[in-house]
Amino acid sequence: MAIKKKKTPTKAKTVKTNSRTSKVILDSKIPAGPIADKWDKHRFNLKLVNPANKRKYEVIVVGSGLAGASAAASLAELGYKVKCFCYQDSPRRAHSIAAQGGINAAKNYQNDGDSAYRLFYDTVKGGDYRSRESNVYRLAQVSVDIIDQCAAQGVPFAREYGGLLANRSFGGAQVSRTFYARGQTGQQLLLGAYSALNRQISLGNVEMHTRSEMLDVVMIDGHAKGIVVRNMISGEISRHAAHSVVLATGGYGNVFFLSTNAMGCNVTASYRAYKRGACFANPCFTQIHPTCIPVSGDHQSKLTLMSESLRNDGRVWVPKDKKTAEKIRKGELSPNDISDKDRDYFLERKYPSFGNLVPRDVASRNAKEVCDEGRSVVSSGLGVYLDFADSIKRMGENTVRERYGNLFDMYEKITGTNAYQNPMTIYPAVHYTMGGLWVDYNLMSNLPGLFAIGEANFSDHGANRLGASALMQGLADGYFVLPYTIGQYLAENGISDRPSIDDSAFSVVQDEVESRIETLLSIKGDRTPTSFHRELGQIMWDKCGMARNKEGLEEALLTIPKLRKEFWQNLSVPGKNTALNQSLEHAGRVADFLEFGELMCRDALQREESCGGHFREEHQTPEGEAKRNDDDFSYVSAWEHKGENKKPQLHKENLVYDEVKMTQRSYK
Amino acid sequence: MNLKLKVWRQDNAEDDGRFEYFEALDISPDMSFLEMLDVVNEGIISDGDEAIAFDSDCREGICGTCSMVINGVPHGGQKGTTACQLHMRHFNDGDTIVIEPWRATAFPVHRDLIVDRSSFDRIQRSGGFISVRTGSVPDANATPVAKENSDLAMDAAQCIGCGACVAACKNASAMLFVAAKVSHLSLMPQGQPERNRRALAMVNQMDEEGFGNCSVNGSCEAVCPKEISLDFIARMNREYGRALLKKGCS
Repeated sequence: MAIKKKKTPTKAKTVKTNSRTSKVILDSKIPAGPIADKWDKHRFNLKLVNPANKRKYEVIVVGSGLAGASAAASLAELGYKVKCFCYQDSPRRAHSIAAQGGINAAKNYQNDGDSAYRLFYDTVKGGDYRSRESNVYRLAQVSVDIIDQCAAQGVPFAREYGGLLANRSFGGAQVSRTFYARGQTGQQLLLGAYSALNRQISLGNVEMHTRSEMLDVVMIDGHAKGIVVRNMISGEISRHAAHSVVLATGGYGNVFFLSTNAMGCNVTASYRAYKRGACFANPCFTQIHPTCIPVSGDHQSKLTLMSESLRNDGRVWVPKDKKTAEKIRKGELSPNDISDKDRDYFLERKYPSFGNLVPRDVASRNAKEVCDEGRSVVSSGLGVYLDFADSIKRMGENTVRERYGNLFDMYEKITGTNAYQNPMTIYPAVHYTMGGLWVDYNLMSNLPGLFAIGEANFSDHGANRLGASALMQGLADGYFVLPYTIGQYLAENGISDRPSIDDSAFSVVQDEVESRIETLLSIKGDRTPTSFHRELGQIMWDKCGMARNKEGLEEALLTIPKLRKEFWQNLSVPGKNTALNQSLEHAGRVADFLEFGELMCRDALQREESCGGHFREEHQTPEGEAKRNDDDFSYVSAWEHKGENKKPQLHKENLVYDEVKMTQRSYK
Repeated sequence: MNLKLKVWRQDNAEDDGRFEYFEALDISPDMSFLEMLDVVNEGIISDGDEAIAFDSDCREGICGTCSMVINGVPHGGQKGTTACQLHMRHFNDGDTIVIEPWRATAFPVHRDLIVDRSSFDRIQRSGGFISVRTGSVPDANATPVAKENSDLAMDAAQCIGCGACVAACKNASAMLFVAAKVSHLSLMPQGQPERNRRALAMVNQMDEEGFGNCSVNGSCEAVCPKEISLDFIARMNREYGRALLKKGCS
C-alpha cells in the first residue's frame, strides 16, 4: 500500500507553532448511503496501516477511564506504540468506576423487540434531536460487541439461573437492554478494560504514566503532535511527542463545583485543546441527574448519585400541600405520617405512561418545580422523597435488598437514615456533560491528529443522555471505533510525521506551561482555589443549571470575568512546584474552569430554545415542558477560540434527520 | 463539634516525617471525614501554609483512592466503609483523632498521607487478566456461567484495590487483594485457560514487591471496605497449590 505523504514537518514550518488554520471547516465526514450500511462501508474505505508498520506509529492516549483504557489496550493490541497518561495513582481509578446502573446493548436477549435500530431511535429521541444520526447508529450497532468483549474478559455480569446474562429496563427505555453487575457496573467494566490495558503494559506495548497531568497540547504545522505533562509527585514538566493524540479526559461537570464527578475531574485537557484551535461543541448541554443525595451543608465537597435503577421500584413524591411540607421540613411530621391521599406522586400524575421512569431531564426539572413551589421535604428546601414502601410490601424487603442493597447501605452511610423504613430524600445534581470537543465521524476534532473519545466528545447523546449509555459510548469509542478510524489519519500522514520533542514548538508550549505555574504560585493572595471554585460553581448552578434565562446568563457573563480577575490577583497557593502540591493542581484546574464557565453561558445564551438538559425558561410549552425550535436550532454549536479576551466564534454544524422523525418528546 | 487532629506530615519519601497537631473547629456531624479535612486545609492554606496532602477522588467509596489510618484503623473502623464515606457523626466533641498513611514497605510514602501503591498495579500486570483481543470473542451468551459462580466471582471482583488490607496486616501482606483477583477470574469459565499461570505469576509478583505473608489474623477482612471474605485467601492458596502441582507434573 502506498502511503501518501502530504507534508514533511521541516524546521522552517514548525516556527509557526501556534498558528491555527484561520478558517475552521466543520466537515463531519458522514459516509453516504443507507444508515445501516454506513459504518461497514466506511470501515472498508478507511486506509489501513501495514501490520509491519504499526509499531512505528506512536499514539498518546490521555485518560484511562472506559474510553481511554479500552482505546489504549486495543491500539496496542493492533501493534501501535501507545503512551497512556492519567492523573490518578492507577488507571483503575478513573471515574468511570463510579457508574452504577448498567450498560445498554441491543442484544435483544430478552426477545422483547429490541434491535440496533430501536436503540438508535431511542437514543436520538432521548437526546432531543440534537445528536448526529450516523454516529448514534454506529453506537447502537457496536453495542452488541461490547457485551461480548466484556464477558470474555471475565466481567461478572448479573446472570439468570440458567447461566445466561440478565437484563433490566433502565431510565426511560421500554425494553430490557441494560446489562449490569450489581450496582457496580462501571467498576467491573473499567476493571475489564484495565486488565486488557495491564496485559499490554506487561507486553511492553503501552507505556503507562500515572499521577501525570496533561497541561497542554502541542501543535505543529496545524497538527496535534504531542503534549506537555506535569509529574504530580516531582513537579517535573515533560514533553511527549507522537503521531497522534487522543483525549479521553471525561466531562466538565465539576465546573459546577458540586457534581457527582470525582474530585479530580476537570476540563483542562479539553480546554487547552480548545485554546489551541479545537472547536468546543454544545458546552451548555449538561445532564442533571434526578436521583442524588441532597446537599447537607456548606462543607459539601461533592454529591453522591443514587443509581437511576432505583426509580424502577421507588416512587417519587412530595406532599400535596405546602403546609404539610413545611411541617416535614421542621421535623414536626415524618413521611410515614402522610396518608396516600395527601401525597403527590407527581411523575406518575403528570406522565402516566412512563411514570417514575421518565428521562433524566424531565424527572429533574419536575423535582425542581415542586421544590420551587415550596413542597420540598428537606430543610434546605431542595429535596423530594423516593419511597420504597410499596415495593417492599409487594416484593418483600429481601427482594428489594437483593436488587438495591448496596445503594441502601451507601445511603445510610451518608445520611444516617435507613431507607427500608423511611423514604430516601433525593435531589437532582450535575452528573454528565453531553457537550465536548467537536469531532467528525472518525472521532477526530477539527485539529488534524487530535481525537476525542468518550465523554470528552459531543456526538452521541445530543442534548440529553439516556441512562446506561455513557458506559456504552465510552467502550464503543475505545474498543470498536477509534482503533479503526485513527488508522486513516496515520496512514495518510505517514511514519515520518512525528516530530522530535526538541522541536521548537515543544519549547514554546513548555515555557507557557511553566510560566503559568509560576504565576499561580507567585500571586500569594488570600483566597484558596476551593473558595474560587465554589463561588464559580454557585454562579453556574444558579444561572446555567437546571433552568436558564437570558437575564441570568447575561449576568453570569459579567460576574464570571470579575471572579476570574480576582482569582489572578488574590489567589493563595502555598508550597512549590517541585513537589507534590495539591493546591497547585487544583488552582490550575480552577483557572480553566473560570474561562470555560463563560463559554458555557455564552452557548446557553445563544441557544434560544429548550432541548433536553438545556431548559430556557423563555421557551416552554403551556404545560411547562421544553419547547424545541427545530427550524432555527437543529445544529451543533461549535465554538472557536479567537484569542485571549476575545469573543469566541460560533460555527454551526447543521443536523439532518433522515431516519428519525423529529417530534416533540412526550412521556405522558 | 471541636476536635484535635494529630496528623502525620512527611515532605517526601526520603524525609523522616513527624506528627503535627491541628484544631478542627465547628465540625458538623453531617460532614464526611474528608470534608472535615477539607475544612482544616482551607484554614491552613488561608494562613499561607501547605495543606495536609491526602488522596481522594470519587468520594463514593468505589475508586479506592482514599487511604488513611484513622485512630489506628485503616479507613477508620466503620464496617464496610472507606474513609471518604466515613461521617463525622461517629466522632464526639473533644476527641483527638490520629491520622496516618498506610504503613508498609511496599507502599512508600510520597507525601503526608499519600502513598505509592504502584506495587498493586504491577501484581495485576503480572497476570490479573484474561488474554482476549478486542473483537476476537464469542457471543456473550455462548458461555453460560452458573449464577452461584458468577455471584461469588462478583463478591471477589468488588475489591477496590485501596490497600487497607495491607495497612491492617501486621505482616503487611497483600494476600486478600491478590486472592480477590485470582478468585474472581478462576471462578469464571473464561478464566480457565490461564488459571494456573495466573495464580503462580500473581503470587510470585506479590512476594517480589515485598509484601509479607498471611498472618491468618483476619485483620484484612475486618477493615476491608468491600467486606471481601478471608475465604478467598483459602481459595487462592488452593489455586496456587493446584498450579504448583500441575507445573510439577508437566
